[in-house]
Amino acid sequence: MTDLAVLPPVADVAPRAARSRHGAMRRKLFDNLTGHAFLIGAVVCFGFFSWYPMVREFIMSFQQTHRGVTTWVGWKNYENVWHDAAFVQAWKNTLYFTVLALVVGYALPFFIAVLLNEFRHARGYLRFLVYLPVMLPPASGLFLFKYAYDPSDAGIFNYILKTLHLPTSEWVQSQAMTMPSLVIASTWLNMGGTILIYLASLQNIPGELYEAGELDGAGIWRQIWHVTIPQTRLILSLMFLLQVVATMQLFVEPLILANGDGNQGSATSVVYLMYQRAFYEHDLNGAAALGGMLLIVLLVFSAVYTRLAPKQETD
Amino acid sequence: MAVSSGTRTIISPARLGRKRGKRIYWGLLILVILAFSVAFLGPLYWMVTGGLKTGREIAQVPPTLFPQDPNLTAYKDAWTDLNLGQLLLNTVIYAFGALAFQLVFDVAAAYALSKLRPVLGNAILGLILATLMVPATTLVIPQYVTVIDLPIVHWHMLDSPWAIWLPAVANAFNIFLLKRFFDSIPQELLSAAAVDGAGPLRTLLWIILPISRPILGVMSILSLTAVWKDFLWPLLVEPGENTKTLNVGIYAFSKGLTQNTIIAAAVIAAVPTIVFFLFLQRNIMAGLTAGGLKG
Repeated sequence: MTDLAVLPPVADVAPRAARSRHGAMRRKLFDNLTGHAFLIGAVVCFGFFSWYPMVREFIMSFQQTHRGVTTWVGWKNYENVWHDAAFVQAWKNTLYFTVLALVVGYALPFFIAVLLNEFRHARGYLRFLVYLPVMLPPASGLFLFKYAYDPSDAGIFNYILKTLHLPTSEWVQSQAMTMPSLVIASTWLNMGGTILIYLASLQNIPGELYEAGELDGAGIWRQIWHVTIPQTRLILSLMFLLQVVATMQLFVEPLILANGDGNQGSATSVVYLMYQRAFYEHDLNGAAALGGMLLIVLLVFSAVYTRLAPKQETD
Repeated sequence: MAVSSGTRTIISPARLGRKRGKRIYWGLLILVILAFSVAFLGPLYWMVTGGLKTGREIAQVPPTLFPQDPNLTAYKDAWTDLNLGQLLLNTVIYAFGALAFQLVFDVAAAYALSKLRPVLGNAILGLILATLMVPATTLVIPQYVTVIDLPIVHWHMLDSPWAIWLPAVANAFNIFLLKRFFDSIPQELLSAAAVDGAGPLRTLLWIILPISRPILGVMSILSLTAVWKDFLWPLLVEPGENTKTLNVGIYAFSKGLTQNTIIAAAVIAAVPTIVFFLFLQRNIMAGLTAGGLKG
């Protein structure tokens, strides 16, 4: 390996001028080959497991395979997927989950971060606490919620509600409460990471800005509105995008908490529908069509969002 | 303590210093500590004690806050019925194997893209970074089809660790993190090494890697937790009884088991990650913001 050494630019100047052009070209070729030798492992993996599947997804979605013979079928898979009774329901559920997760899960971590940032004591402990659920394997955390969501009065949530003289709920077994239950579980399990990211960006806000705000007589809420939020808007806007993209891929929560489809399809998400089509109905092509639709929807959303979102240079 | 204990935040130090301010601060702090402890440790307590209850006690109305007759039966049942030892071993092999492949291939690639810069390097970098925009779950179907019959070589990877190890290498975020770090290493350092006759491999091993320890640590933590927590992909590509991950296994084997056994299994599955977190707490939390998520 060592004889393929890249000579440093500094050493190039004098002796190289005397060398033949042929030698220089050969060395350049060697350098390039070395570079590609270092790249090859990753490039092969990206090729097989990232770039090729992207193309394959769309090719597959226009094909069907019967007894080992693959034929082009035009938009047929899309039509099949479209006419599936669960299709509209799955998109509605997924969007509902996304919106609800934004209402509950978007502002909450930010305000928790703002609150925690004010404390001068127990900082490490509080950070540790909020991040703890993130370290649970998702299945563990979700079985914990399944246990707590027990629709009878043996469940801890219903027990707490009952002691507080509030109406109890059937949680994931009731159609209306399925999505809120999934959002509560998902927010509790995932919020920690977002809180820590906000905390890091809150610490970059110069203290003088708050001082200036105070001289202008701003109270806590106006400080948050006029200093904290504008100063963290880039990260707030990025987390919004990441959260929407993540929640639109809802899958584990309905699978474990609501057996996949919930009460009469109240939990079915787009990714679950895709999974069901591929592995219960053995229709990989239809599943690819669904996956492709979700991919396009999220790509278009991300593209439009990044165009409209605040940019760094507007400071 | 924390880095920023000196800088001021919304509430001014002057107001905190006053008697009333102090009282409110301490009251609020104690309230928050109590509320957060209940909200985040309470569920874990509920889980651990749930596993200590008998099948009858766990279904009892009203639920008991303390197990009446705590015993480890459910934990023992969970360990044997769900084959947790095997699941744990599988997960360890998948996670550390994936990390090893990422450390070799992603580090080499990022080094090539940052320092060796061969022709078409930038085009390849662009294609790699473009995959960051593609949400992972939307591609699982064609990825699954690829894994059951790898094109050209016709390799059936299902139920083998390779189905987790190799796709893990295609991680654009790793390449991004590493390349950005390597870019910050001054070229003179590498030129000096080259004058001493070191080739690219030796430069990478003896110059670049030792200074890159922090970023390699961050990458390792991210990589291990990603494989450990992944659900959909291992559900698809490790369908065998003896090849499942811990995460998927407790889901797949939970059917027909009693509530207390499932909860005990969930507790056992959580122990390794919680221990990992207790030991590497600071690094894990610091790694979270290392992605330069500052916009």
